[in-house]
Parts: sequence; structure tokens; C-alpha cells
Amino acid sequence: MSDLRELYQEMILDHCKRPRNFHNLPDANRAADGFNRLCGDKLRVFVKLDDGIIKDIAFEGDGCCISKASSSMMTEALKGKTLDEAHKLFQQFHEVLTGPPDETPDAPELGKLAVFAGVREFPVRVKCATLAWHTLEAALKDEQKPVTTE
Amino acid sequence: MTRQLSKTPAPAQPPHFDVHRIREDFPILHNKVHNKTLVYLDNAATTQKPNLVINALRRYYGSENANIHRGVYLLSQLATDLYEQARRKVQRFINAAESREIIFTRGTTEAINLVASSYGRTNFKPGDQIILTGMEHLSNIVPWQIICQQTGAVLRVAPFDDNGELILDEYERLFTPRTRFVTAVHLSKSLGTINPVKRMIAIAHAHNVPVFIDGAQSIAHGPIDVQDIDADFYAFSGHKLYGPTGIGALYGKARFLEEMPPYQGGGDMIASVTFEKTEYNELPYKFEAGTPNIAGGIGLGAAIDYLTSVGLPNIVAHESRLLEYAHSRLSGIPGLRVVGTARQKGGVISFVLKGIHPHDIGTILDGDGIAVRTGHHCCQPVMDRFQIPATARASFALYNTIPEIDALADGILKVIGFLGS
Repeated sequence: MSDLRELYQEMILDHCKRPRNFHNLPDANRAADGFNRLCGDKLRVFVKLDDGIIKDIAFEGDGCCISKASSSMMTEALKGKTLDEAHKLFQQFHEVLTGPPDETPDAPELGKLAVFAGVREFPVRVKCATLAWHTLEAALKDEQKPVTTE
Repeated sequence: MTRQLSKTPAPAQPPHFDVHRIREDFPILHNKVHNKTLVYLDNAATTQKPNLVINALRRYYGSENANIHRGVYLLSQLATDLYEQARRKVQRFINAAESREIIFTRGTTEAINLVASSYGRTNFKPGDQIILTGMEHLSNIVPWQIICQQTGAVLRVAPFDDNGELILDEYERLFTPRTRFVTAVHLSKSLGTINPVKRMIAIAHAHNVPVFIDGAQSIAHGPIDVQDIDADFYAFSGHKLYGPTGIGALYGKARFLEEMPPYQGGGDMIASVTFEKTEYNELPYKFEAGTPNIAGGIGLGAAIDYLTSVGLPNIVAHESRLLEYAHSRLSGIPGLRVVGTARQKGGVISFVLKGIHPHDIGTILDGDGIAVRTGHHCCQPVMDRFQIPATARASFALYNTIPEIDALADGILKVIGFLGS
């Protein structure tokens, strides 16, 4: 069970059970769909982008605990960030998830998002944690085709 | 394979069947996963292999390996004999009339592609109709869609009800003078439903329509008699009946196979070749181009020997007992819903937990060494029918035990304790 606690940290469980910004965003000017073929997770990320700044961000959909918590915490982390900052944060987030299992990640910029470091012990779940971020990237690029985690 | 919804304790083990002795035959079952004894409940995806099969593969590569149907030397003759013996084992196992009606393929998927391509391309015309059921595996949908795109034929889908049972009246109503073919799954991988294939085939034959039966899930879980059900085609995969991956078989009535053009060209499938003209080999070799999976065929033969020695009626009785017990244990768990409650069911139990995603169930159970499948099981249309993205699924085999089902039930309770709100 100790390994599972690494994956399902209290903060992740909290965001999974009570996801933040979990709704439609009627005044969004960017949106994209994400789909995880492995488990059937589907989500839609909405962004209100104003002058290169993420003014508002929300998501809808159905997914596992990891993908829901990741989506929820992503929306909290990115509100008010510039496109450039958002992109950098995703890069760091991705590195933490895919780094070597025996190294403690050192990424103070990530803040709360560092709780996802435990996912690196569960390689098949990395896609769950990154689905929202890939979908966000697609929304910011204004891609019409749904992204998948493949 | 009938499931009863009684809550009584599990009935006694069938006589002449000792599951603990069976488990000794499967080395992988004694492995540890995350320091826990493996509880393998993903048998609908693939089954584990007994020593008899593993040793047959080792023996073949260690002392019997040569190409078949080619050499005049002893070793080639030996390999050929073993491979053709395996074909006759398959023939007897499903009671085909002749061994030339058994074509070795890579598995069920390749068998479906063979029939769709060879039979379909020759016989389907624009506007012709192909009937299938709503509970097909993707591999019994997509090859037919491809052939429909090439020929202009169209698919007609027979629906199933809330229990996951095919609605036979609706199936029968789909037949028109343009119906050319029926393809149907025998035992649904996602729901466990056993379809009334004998009745379905009789209905199709009354309309003069041939039928393909996808036996991928049914082959290891009950006796199959292709002549009794009167299937025109029947296919299965070796790895779902305790044999190797990459080998399977297609049964086809000789009168269909003889008329059908080859599926692939290559060595072994020809009688004579010049640059002007090729004469094709006789059945079954016409459909077996190139050097086949010889070791796989021999391993499949060994798997059939193993099942025959255990006895299919014993296996059916044991798996029914597991399924009955699992239904009774799992349906008592608050918030758990079983998806697929057909009256005729094989050893498959798909379920969802209120507010908990199957993927999380799978990860937490894995922590206890319990392997279940989570996802859409390559049956997205079935998931859409029940308006769920995915399920968790436990599927049983002859080596599973009542304590393993208890471990599953305890694991699910742990998941609820961990993730339930």
C-alpha cells in the first residue's frame, strides 16, 4: 500500500473527488478534446486567452483519479500564466513524470504539481497525468482534431 | 456454462478435478508480483501456459526443428508429421468433418480477415448486407467494414438488451433478400454472454446465408462441435486456450473453402508456378502461404492434448462454479454494478464501481498482485450501449480458485475504502 500512497497522494485524492474548475467555460476562445485510447478517458479543456495570458481555464469530462486530479490542478496552476510560462511548466511537469524512478525530482517551480512525481513508478499511468496538458497544448494551438495520448 | 443467481456457498469441486494439481502444471502461477502471489484474472485477454505446451515448444526447437512440406530428409518429415498431427488434433477438438477444413492462421483476427477478404471480395456486391451483433470485438467489425468499403456492401447490427442478451427477434428481422453473410461472436469478451449460435445459424441458413462464428473466447470454455451447430466458418486463437500466441485456426466447410480464392500468395500455397500461370495447391495449403508458425501449431496441439486430458466437462463445471461464486460475492459489494447479466454466461464478470474509474481499480488491485483488465476491452460499441467509458473485468480459467475470488472481492473493498467518497 505504501507504493499506492506514493501515487494516490492526499492532494491527488482531494482533487480527484472534488475537481476544481470542473465546468464548461461559455466565454472560452480556445478549446480542445483529449482522449486516452487505453482506458477511454475523454476530456475537454476550455481556455479564455487574452493577449497571450490564460485569463480563465476549465475542463469537463470523465476519467480516472489521476487524470481528473491532474486536470484540476493544471487549471489551478495556469490561471493568470502567460503562454510561455504554461509551456515551460508542462515541460517541467513531463520531466518529473518520466524521470528515473530512483531520483528525487528537483523542480521547485512546479509547486503543488510535484505531488505527481509518484506517477513515475507507474509508467502506464503517465498518460493519465499528461492527458489534460496535451489537450491544453492542442487548445492553445487551436487544433481541431482531438488529441490522443498515443 | 449457465450462471445461477443464487447466494448459496460455492458448490463442491467436480469429481476428478483437483485445481491445486492443475496449478502445479502452470509455472507462472507461482511467481510473485509486487511481492504478492500472482492472482491472474485476465484470461479473456490471454491464458497462461502449462508445462506440456512450454515443453513441446522447447522440444521442437531443441530437437525437431526443420521446415515442413519441403525436405526429403528425416527431420523435415518429422516436423511435417508433428504439424499435420496438430491439424488433426484441432479437427477432432472441434469435430470438423475433414482435416483439410482446418487452416492454420496467426489467430482469430487473421482468420476473420481471411474470410472477409477472400469470401467477401468474391461474393459481396453494392447494396448487399452483412449482419453482425452489437457485441462484436473490434476485430470482427473492422475487417468487414474494410470489405464493405471495397465492395459497397453494408453492415446491419443486431442489438442486445440491458442484460447483454442478443435480441433474437430483432436479429431475425434483419434478414432481407440482400443479406449475404452473418458474422457473430460466440462468447462475448466484455459481457460474458454466450450467444445462441446454433439457433442463429439455423435462422441464417433458412435464408440461405452462410455464418462465421468468432470462437476466440468460447474455444477453451466448453465443447465445440462445428458440425452440430452447423457453422460455415469458425475461428479461434491458440493463446486463449493455453497455447502459444501467433497461432490459431480457421475452420471452413470444404465447399466454401474450395470456391474461395487464396488470401495471400507465396510458397506452400501453389501447385505449380510459371510466369504465365499459377495453379493453387489443394486445401488447406491454398490458404497457408509461406513457412507457417510450425512451433506454434505443435504447441497448440499440445494445449489441446492438455485440455482433453483435464476434460472439458470438468473445466465447464469448475468455471461455472467460479462465476457463480464471483457473482454472489461481487454483487454484495455496495456501489458495484455487474455489466452483462445474460442467462447463458461464460466465466467473465465485468463491473463498474460508483464514482471510481476502472483504471484506478486496476492499479490498486495490481498492488495486491491481482491482474484484471480495465478499459473498453476492444468493445467500444458495447461500452457506448451501456453509456460507460470502460469497465473492470475479471475472467476465469481452469486454474483459478475460490480464494482468488475472495482476494478479488477484498481488493475491491480496499479500492472503495481508498477512493470512495
